[in-house]
Amino acid sequence: MAGSRMKLELSRVVQGRSRLGVLTGLGRTGQHSLEVPGCLLYTHFGTVPHLTQDTLHTLSDLPSVTQVTLSHVAEHQEVLEEFKDGFRKFAGLHDTVLYCALHDPAAACATGYTTNKTVSVWGSGGRIELTVAKFMALQKTVQPDWYQSMADGETWQSNTSRKRVRKSVDRTLAHLDECLLEHQKSQELEGVEVFGVVEGGDILEERIRSAKETAKRPVAGFCLDGLQTGCMEQALRTQLITAVTKELPEDKPRLLQGVGRPDEVLACAEAGVDLFESFFPFQVTERGCALCFDYDVSPDPERAGRAPPAVLELEENRETPVVAQQNGDLNLDERTQMTSFEIDLKDKRYQDDFRPLVEGCGCYCCKNHQRAYLHHLLVTNELLAGVLLMIHNTAHYLGFFRALREALAGDKLDLLKRRVLREGGRQTERKD
Amino acid sequence: MAATAECGADTNTSESSMSLKKALSAASPLTLRIVAECPVTKARACDLVLPHSAVSTPVFMPVGTQGTLKGITVDQLEGLGCHICLGNTYHLGMRPGPDLIEKANGLHGFMNWKRNLLTDSGGFQMVSLVELSEVTEEGVKFKSPYDGKEILLSPEKSISIQNSLGSDIMMQLDDVVSSTVTGPRVEEAMHRSIRWLDRCIAANKNPDKQNLFAIIQGGLNAELRRTCLDEMTKRDVPGFAIGGLSGGEEKDDFWRMVTLSTDHLPREKPRYLMGVGYAVDLVVCVALGCDMFDCVFPTRTARFGSALVPWGSLQVKQKQYAKDLQPIDPDCKCPTCKRHSRAYLHALFKSDTAAMHHITIHNIAYQLTLMRSVRQSIVEGRFPEFIRTFMKRMFPSRDQYPSWAVDALASVNVTLE
Repeated sequence: MAGSRMKLELSRVVQGRSRLGVLTGLGRTGQHSLEVPGCLLYTHFGTVPHLTQDTLHTLSDLPSVTQVTLSHVAEHQEVLEEFKDGFRKFAGLHDTVLYCALHDPAAACATGYTTNKTVSVWGSGGRIELTVAKFMALQKTVQPDWYQSMADGETWQSNTSRKRVRKSVDRTLAHLDECLLEHQKSQELEGVEVFGVVEGGDILEERIRSAKETAKRPVAGFCLDGLQTGCMEQALRTQLITAVTKELPEDKPRLLQGVGRPDEVLACAEAGVDLFESFFPFQVTERGCALCFDYDVSPDPERAGRAPPAVLELEENRETPVVAQQNGDLNLDERTQMTSFEIDLKDKRYQDDFRPLVEGCGCYCCKNHQRAYLHHLLVTNELLAGVLLMIHNTAHYLGFFRALREALAGDKLDLLKRRVLREGGRQTERKD
Repeated sequence: MAATAECGADTNTSESSMSLKKALSAASPLTLRIVAECPVTKARACDLVLPHSAVSTPVFMPVGTQGTLKGITVDQLEGLGCHICLGNTYHLGMRPGPDLIEKANGLHGFMNWKRNLLTDSGGFQMVSLVELSEVTEEGVKFKSPYDGKEILLSPEKSISIQNSLGSDIMMQLDDVVSSTVTGPRVEEAMHRSIRWLDRCIAANKNPDKQNLFAIIQGGLNAELRRTCLDEMTKRDVPGFAIGGLSGGEEKDDFWRMVTLSTDHLPREKPRYLMGVGYAVDLVVCVALGCDMFDCVFPTRTARFGSALVPWGSLQVKQKQYAKDLQPIDPDCKCPTCKRHSRAYLHALFKSDTAAMHHITIHNIAYQLTLMRSVRQSIVEGRFPEFIRTFMKRMFPSRDQYPSWAVDALASVNVTLE
């Protein structure tokens, strides 16, 4: 790929699958980098949900890559075209790498609108249909540093026919070829990286075919689509990712779309995924919850055999195990339902709990506020609740990824898994 | 507890910081130092020293009804230069309740606000929630909208809640009548407010830490106002509010009641005009002698995308701003204007709540900057000139000046060209 500077420098590969390293050469001048496994910074139109610059920058070590989605951007094409100087400048985002995705991983998926030549996104005013031409026109207007090519990923319903899955693979490859053709012709996109998208639903052969074919194209990395939370069991997801990554070059990054739950992240990182989208903290925030699962694997003799207070609390809070629906339809509830990694601050028990959300958490929310206050803000429907929870949940999630990298570096992945899953792993089990 | 006042323009800064330090540790929880008085109008610039910090007046106090300022963190509020904001007794008394807030070290501790707080008594809710309330000599009976329970807000109960909240300034419970009501109810309410003031004074458990302000009532009736003023100023309270206005009354009546009130309120105590927050109203009422103001308008209107600017307001959500690459106000130094364009904010309203926060920050900055400029012009002896410039900026032409404002300013010797 002409002018591609993106490079994946791996420092460790564990058991031939999970990788630890740094993605370098990012951005127009190639000076940014992102540690992997890692996550991108999830935004709505360039804004981390609920946060302004001041509140965002109470967080340290933010990911160097900001993710925007066409579902938020597409309706503003005309304005951006007239602006001419690209989305990053329009949004006041200064020193960040901009990645442009197609769909918002936190938004519900509507179906039935994808055709051979088009995919649709939903803006505030309704459905916007994208041909490759329009898709590429948007990329030229947004001027990201890197984007995923247009893809048909409408295979997440469990009764998707084999024929439909095959079509999604074929269409996505066709879209990729068209995108690359246009990309190579466009001066505006010089130096911009393209990721190919691997589809294939839940069908192993189609997954392998998609991976093999996509790998033949001159792309800088790979998005893995159609595997999002709620559409399949983790066991199947792991199996498919493992098979897919075998067909992909080792020196190019793999970005998994639509998966953000800590247990799933761990399993997928183990299977060879490098990058994740960070929409999970936002979902937790929207349901008025705070992440407090433990990810500390530092050697602390005082802690041996004893879980920290926040975790003991999760034990108390533990919901009954999720049971899969009988007909195996996409369990949308799974995407919005509270997980065992968080506490529900609307619960009456927090009314007079004057502790921070998580003891020892250094985020702005935990340093300045207490559970009782957050409870009050949620009960009275105050906007500040979203601001404070987003800060904490993002801080906690980024801390989790840091711990994941440290665990890979120090051979402590099993310990980390036990900590995060609290040995029960109930939330990953399904009973039919 | 009487307020103490120190007068005279300050020339020696080390002297002033010494006296400020002394004032902060003095027995009185409120000290008013008049820094400058406008020789033309009735305006003053003062230092209002309260338990948590000193407040420069004239001051606009943003309203954080339920112990939060609508999406803005306390750090952001501090960063904008705010030294005093409001909480509401009725709402906080319902949720989360005074006992919990006491456990949390008062409202300051609960919301982690280190500067000053003023709490309203719950009196205004009598008007705003009139369907759900019934007034007797005992107090106001409210039917809670949350659980249907009936609660009685008496002067004693209001003060008790405010004592638990620990605000630096507490308001008496007054018998509030809408300014559009006429007849004997207005007089009844005025007299009852005096009796309730005495009950509030008696009920205050923390006179050495919390300042109880009286609220002058009397509707739009000059005689009733005078009576109320004469009576209430006999009580030894650290400050006075002018209440019962800023409802739906005619502006012509409004300003006359304001100026009547300031004519009869003691010079050495602060004057708080309740519920006033529109820029023109603020400037005029400063000229009429008011020091403190509060209003939900700037923060409420922000959430609808309305940004306040020196020439009026800008509806960011309107189509005309979709491609407008200027900041809301090119001269504004707030975080929003330093970083974002109208076009970006316009688009952001379709995607995320943060758009509201950006406008809220701007609007608070606008209000605080306005008051700061007003104060500076009073200190520098050029307030009338400031008023003229302000009005010229705000209105496209002389014949668009609101007549009530022209009259009110004329009454304090400012003629507008």
